[in-house]
Amino acid sequence: MTITTEPDRPGLETHFDETIAHDRRIEPRDWMPDKYRATMIRQIAQHAHSEIIGMQPEGNWITRAPSLRRKAILLAKVQDEAGHGMYLYSAAETLGAARGDLTEKLISGRQKYSSIFNYPTLTYADVGVIGWLVDGAAICNQVPLCRSSFGPYARAMIRICKEESFHQRQGYELLMTMMRGTGAQREMVQDATNRYWWPSLMMFGPPDTDSPNTEQSMKWGVKRHTNDELRQRFVDMTVPQADKLGVSLPDPDLRWNEASGHYDFGPVDWDEFKAVVAGNGPCNAQRVAHRKAAHDEGAWVREAALAHAAKARAGKEQAT
Amino acid sequence: MSETGADWPLYEVFLRGKRGLNHVHVGSLHAADPQMALHHARDLYTRRNEGVSIWVVASGDITASSPDEKDPFFAPSGDKVYRHPTFYEIPDDVPHM
Repeated sequence: MTITTEPDRPGLETHFDETIAHDRRIEPRDWMPDKYRATMIRQIAQHAHSEIIGMQPEGNWITRAPSLRRKAILLAKVQDEAGHGMYLYSAAETLGAARGDLTEKLISGRQKYSSIFNYPTLTYADVGVIGWLVDGAAICNQVPLCRSSFGPYARAMIRICKEESFHQRQGYELLMTMMRGTGAQREMVQDATNRYWWPSLMMFGPPDTDSPNTEQSMKWGVKRHTNDELRQRFVDMTVPQADKLGVSLPDPDLRWNEASGHYDFGPVDWDEFKAVVAGNGPCNAQRVAHRKAAHDEGAWVREAALAHAAKARAGKEQAT
Repeated sequence: MSETGADWPLYEVFLRGKRGLNHVHVGSLHAADPQMALHHARDLYTRRNEGVSIWVVASGDITASSPDEKDPFFAPSGDKVYRHPTFYEIPDDVPHM
């Protein structure tokens, strides 16, 4: 299919604006402002890259998961992350992005992925905490995206959200099991919680006062709530889960606010966030290098499969 | 759609969720040939029993109408209200109609 952006005629723009105003979906071959197209490609690609890079921290524990049951679960989960990445690349491609370009932009650092995946997974408890906190935060972020104004993205998000629920529950169940174990196991869970709590809050992005694109994104219906609204929602959901689990969250300022009906929490270290986004987190270089190696080492497979397909086609044509 | 390097061709994937339903478009994927596209579609779109049958079609082989709803392409059906049952007024006391 060829995708063309027609000249910016007022009638087309009015039709686009009306579609958005009526909360209808924009579909790939509709006329759309260039900036909307670019924004959607960037948003979807960044999300796809996050799923693909997100396979690494947990993949790290597949060989060392403590039982066959836990191995099978972790394998299925990491396979899901790959699947989510594929759904999303597929959505980005409906806008005219090429898969090869997107991969190239990821491994050359020209497109970003979520900062959370630049933190290391030091113990097996991290697998549980990633399911509980990181996937929990991802669900908070992603449920509203099921109503994104861009149809293919919204449809991909519906599939993804259904599958994420398994991710979060397996993580929480893993942690409950460890909390019923030895003192050392409980310490591992607390340590993992301490390391992942603040980076999880950072997953919602910079504070609203420092988020210049939010207004336009809300107008276009590609963002439904502000970063701070979603962050607050996540904190409110998670505190009672931590209580039930029996771990403490590493924030001395965290307390229930009767007046606001929400939990107050302490300041997020935005300098750390900026440093990680800028490429200086603990694992940035390792994550991208690993992705690049997988891509480079797979090149001969991609070429061989194409050569095989061409040969099979030629054989068929000769036979007829 | 631009192709870079050795990108495998794009296929559109259609799934029959269960017997008695139509195949429905679910997304796309890259594969070197149609057989591989089928295998990838199984791995990607039916990890939780979402389908009992899969179609894959090379994206380039799809001919599509223009998406704009105001397109004159659909105009022929716009002014033919008499194709709908509600166009005809029948007294309420006529049974089984």
